[in-house]
Amino acid sequence: MTQVTLTVNGKAVRRDVPDTMLLVEFLREELRLTGTHVGCDTSQCGACVVHLDGKAVKSCTTLAAQASGGTVTTIEGLANGSLHPMQKAFNDNHGLQCGFCTPGMIMSGVDMVARYKAAGKELTEHAIREELEGNICRCTGYHNIVKSIQQAAGEM
Amino acid sequence: MYPTKYHRPASLAEALQLLSENEDAKLLAGGQTLLPTMKQHLAAPEAVIDLSASGLCGISNGGTMVTIGAMTTHAEVASSADIAAVVPVLNGVAAGIGDPAVRHRGTIGGSISNNDPSADYPAALVGLDARIVTNARELSAEEFFDGMFATALEEGEIVTQIRVVGPKRAAYVKFPNPASRYAMVGVMVAETADGIRVAVTGAGEDGVFRHEGLEAALAADFSPAALDPVEISAEGLLSDMHATAEYRAHLVKVMAKRAVAAC
Repeated sequence: MTQVTLTVNGKAVRRDVPDTMLLVEFLREELRLTGTHVGCDTSQCGACVVHLDGKAVKSCTTLAAQASGGTVTTIEGLANGSLHPMQKAFNDNHGLQCGFCTPGMIMSGVDMVARYKAAGKELTEHAIREELEGNICRCTGYHNIVKSIQQAAGEM
Repeated sequence: MYPTKYHRPASLAEALQLLSENEDAKLLAGGQTLLPTMKQHLAAPEAVIDLSASGLCGISNGGTMVTIGAMTTHAEVASSADIAAVVPVLNGVAAGIGDPAVRHRGTIGGSISNNDPSADYPAALVGLDARIVTNARELSAEEFFDGMFATALEEGEIVTQIRVVGPKRAAYVKFPNPASRYAMVGVMVAETADGIRVAVTGAGEDGVFRHEGLEAALAADFSPAALDPVEISAEGLLSDMHATAEYRAHLVKVMAKRAVAAC
């Protein structure tokens, strides 16, 4: 067992968990934050993307112990009274069908907009499609997801 | 995942100590290969030693050479202004590895120590004639990479830094597998102080290799057309469900020509 101390969505948490526990298991099973999904469990689909110390990571390919001492934001932590601009944009543009990949899409979307803004680069439609390489959607064909991220990029 | 003991040493000395005490330990860098491998039960180390707090991060620009800490992530290499100033080709190599979330965790030291035959860094570092620094010694990238998933690292040895001298010109072009996005063939062409170097990843049964024929042709005439008459043998190249050895041989020349054109 190992002690994991984290700040998750602004709240300090501490748990004794197996050394092998993944960050996504910690979030879903220990904290019951089930908005973060497990799709492929092989770090390809991106349904499990959360922000660790401000960066998008695949929580199915990170040990909870590795994250210990850090700050995590999950899909549950984005809305602050009202929906986050990225969440609103997915709503406005119907950027989802079944919704399974959506938490990861939104967390990746927020991450890419923040990175491009910080670097002073324009987040073009082409760039969004390239940036979504690690997020797989089996329903939408991506068009509305890309539109959603484009809209949010203008509002964030 | 089989049970394991997680350690996060606070220094390189402590990491080396833990490594010497745990015979079946694995070093954990970014974990983007090791953790999936452990999840699939293809690896079951008794202990994992997380190097994230061992002081191996960071990039420094020495003017004509950059020094990259082993725990520097692909995202950091991709966006580094220091690397852009000295060896900009490396920004692009790192930006093409995996996907954004993987690049936030995966590290250059972890990647080269794993030496996946389809990884991008081996071709990049051999092509650029980079130096690999460990806790014990310094060796050339060519000496370091030693076959498929094998390196010259001894038991208890840890990569600490990668040093790259800026080339006169260089470009890396790969043909990604349409599904996995790993390089089916990736070619680094570089003109360094010592001449032309062409290094190939993804194709060789023994991992990264240099191609003398391509190097000789480019030394005489640095142009894509100069590579047309060069014969690329399929012998010793990988053959699998994605591509035959002959197809990979063909891709080696096509990727090399594109890299020359991009130099």
